[in-house]
Amino acid sequence: MSQTIRIASGQGFWGDWLEAPVRQVEGGPIDYLMMDYLAEVTMSIMQKQRGRDPTLGYAKDFVPLMERLLPMLVERGIRVTANAGGVNPRACAEAVVGAARRLGLRGKVRLGIVEGDDILDRLDDLLARGHTLANLDTAEPLATVRDAVQSANAYLGAWPVVEALRQGANIVVTGRVTDTGLTLGPLIHAFQWAPEAWDLLAAGTVAGHIIECGAQCSGGNCLVGWERLPNMADPGYPIIEAHPNGEFLVTKHSGTGGRITVASVTEQLVYEMGDPRHYITPDCVADFTTIQLRNAGRDRVRVTGIRGRPATDSLKVSLSYHYGYKAVGTLVYAWPDAVKKAKRADKILRARLDALGLEFEEILTEYVGVNATHGPLAPPPDPNLAEVQLRVGVRARERAPVDRFTREIAPLILNGPPSVTGFAGGRPKVEEIVAYWPALIPKSEIRPTVSIVEA
Amino acid sequence: MGRKGARRAARGTRMVPLVTLAHARSGDKGNTANVGLIALRPEYYPLLVREVTAARVARHFRGAIDGPVERFELPNLRALNFLLHGALGGGGTLSLKTDAQGKVFSTALLRMAIPVPRDLDVR
Repeated sequence: MSQTIRIASGQGFWGDWLEAPVRQVEGGPIDYLMMDYLAEVTMSIMQKQRGRDPTLGYAKDFVPLMERLLPMLVERGIRVTANAGGVNPRACAEAVVGAARRLGLRGKVRLGIVEGDDILDRLDDLLARGHTLANLDTAEPLATVRDAVQSANAYLGAWPVVEALRQGANIVVTGRVTDTGLTLGPLIHAFQWAPEAWDLLAAGTVAGHIIECGAQCSGGNCLVGWERLPNMADPGYPIIEAHPNGEFLVTKHSGTGGRITVASVTEQLVYEMGDPRHYITPDCVADFTTIQLRNAGRDRVRVTGIRGRPATDSLKVSLSYHYGYKAVGTLVYAWPDAVKKAKRADKILRARLDALGLEFEEILTEYVGVNATHGPLAPPPDPNLAEVQLRVGVRARERAPVDRFTREIAPLILNGPPSVTGFAGGRPKVEEIVAYWPALIPKSEIRPTVSIVEA
Repeated sequence: MGRKGARRAARGTRMVPLVTLAHARSGDKGNTANVGLIALRPEYYPLLVREVTAARVARHFRGAIDGPVERFELPNLRALNFLLHGALGGGGTLSLKTDAQGKVFSTALLRMAIPVPRDLDVR
């Protein structure tokens, strides 16, 4: 059994810094490269892509990234866990196999594929058998939006990742595996943690939570001393240096920018937190009120004391469904009386929408530079403000009113209040709203599967 | 000094904005924003626990959120976690707000001022 292993975070979301995983592999010793690609709405985007082309539906960036990294990963024996597979892990894995063969790595790369999370095709059967898949926030049964559902995925935990590693996979590509499972999986595998070692599983889950958002725990988006953080042009992404007893260090490669401190790690710990005593994952329930952080030298934070409780007997399901349409239009008004002009323009625009008889669920006006982020908590604007951006958003179930709204912004340039600019982007775009529907399902209904493909 | 200020001075306290006592990070879960408020120094944490109550935070965000406020304590991290329900205009993809995911709700909380002992060392 290994004494310590090093798990490096390479991507905090689909669209994160493309250089980060390369820096993690080149910058010093690591055993695993963990990459989190999936957010709540990502699955529906991928589902649409697969609908148009059955060979798509995964994080496409992952393939050229693997093509760039594979020779070094193979040479150094670094293994990868990534939920880049989206709604089509098999196609993703096959694309990586193609890349490995192009690189002459035949026989040196084993892809582990984790599936079984996608329950879109089983929905009617599940509903018929009495699973309501009620919305966790509103308690509404799924039946109310069934026909509009576009994707449905159960969150799998660390264990199928462990199984793929046990079968010798050096690249594990998954569908909807939890962000934390991608870190916990390698820890369970390396240290042979037991399925009911709740404190250890909770420790690995907390480790996963700390690094799942990439540099957001190593100086990125950190409020404390942000102006003094060194070399943020090349921030070091976090690395977990873990021990079999569940204690671990959060650190990063030397020579990289950013900073890892108790403050930066604490900010990440509270990110998207609910009830801290019950951080529920498929693998355990972690108690965040037991986490002890200690400064252990420059860019080293020691994490100890974590306690966990037994996992629940259900899994969270993330569904997405077609909801309606929205659009956001903006115009910029200049001094003098910038805010007054923007407010008048908003009033005129609303009168015109009203006169057209357009119906919206909501019309929201914000004044960027004045109150867009702090709303009614913002102080009164400086009367000498050089400019303000009027930002108006609308939402409707039907496309037509939203489409007409997008044609009502530009006319204001010539037929509204003066000193207006900032419309170079053209007419606002109508966006389809794909909404999120969280639900629960008994674990017994979900069978994760693991398969291996050799390059 | 107003009447309130005079009462405060008599009690030996003064008002200080949270931004000088704490840092914070926020995120979203559906239409709920969470704000984690973290003491900048250990000695500030008991003040946060005493003064930054769920009721006061709800009052601070009046007009900005539609739902209740819940508070959780993390003495181990010297942090409080607030859940601000109905904060995100529907949340996720439904929201029309610039800050649809509540990323900067944290900074709006840091505007709040709380009474602290007059002799408290504030950086």
